[in-house]
Amino acid sequence: MADLKAGDAVPELRVTPDKYLTTRYAGASGDFNPIHVDADFAQSVGLPSNILHGLYSMGLVAKAAAQGLAGGDPRALKKLTVQFRGMGLPEQEIVVTGAVKEVDGDRVTVDLEAAQGDNRIIRNGQAELEL
Amino acid sequence: MALKTDAVGKSWPSTTYQVGREKIKEYATVLGIDNPVHFDVDAARAAGFRDVVAPPMFAVVYAMPSLAPAMFDPEVAINFAKLVHGGQTFEWDEPACSGDEITTTAKLISVDEKLGNGFYVFETTSVNGAGAEVVRGTWTNIVRGV
Repeated sequence: MADLKAGDAVPELRVTPDKYLTTRYAGASGDFNPIHVDADFAQSVGLPSNILHGLYSMGLVAKAAAQGLAGGDPRALKKLTVQFRGMGLPEQEIVVTGAVKEVDGDRVTVDLEAAQGDNRIIRNGQAELEL
Repeated sequence: MALKTDAVGKSWPSTTYQVGREKIKEYATVLGIDNPVHFDVDAARAAGFRDVVAPPMFAVVYAMPSLAPAMFDPEVAINFAKLVHGGQTFEWDEPACSGDEITTTAKLISVDEKLGNGFYVFETTSVNGAGAEVVRGTWTNIVRGV
């Protein structure tokens, strides 16, 4: 990976979570907050429908960085910071994009975000990888 | 309204989580992560891990239980009806592998009001059975309209 340089794109990751993804993610993560798994409950508290777990979307950002730049090596990702903004919804495609910000020896800093159409659900993502 | 800040600096009793192969497999499958080191012990050992290794963001599985008593503590007094997860940072050190017992401690770092919203920042520190730090999490929770 010595040939990475600032401005290089992170390979784009596209995922469309199906209707039941939030239920499976709730089981896998242990976060059963009803705003994620119960559309009626979510609407009763003013949400458009049940929404994706922010940490699921962050998981996709981590996957995009590790898979796109480190061949999926789980040791590569040293730090990831994100802000959750727009709400993510099931059954809409998520696109994770990013670009290399800085390369310092084997340490690479990458800017990342995740969006559903114009709705940027993860902003100001920044990953540090050791490659 | 002034936010309660009495609990800043407080830590809560640690929680311990035993990492297992099937749980790693379940998490990796939901995220669509297909590297065999998350599924197959031989592949994991060939890659230099003690056992099947968790993807980095599996940190949410073993670290989050430590936050429950912190978030529900009446001294912190979070209004759950207006709570959103505003931001998250993880810093990883030792990988988490099946068989590890990971102990996580939560601490309230700060409570601040910015532009009419309350920002509650918690830190979790997760350590494995050998005493090595696995991950440090910074969890920013925003209570809208305080």
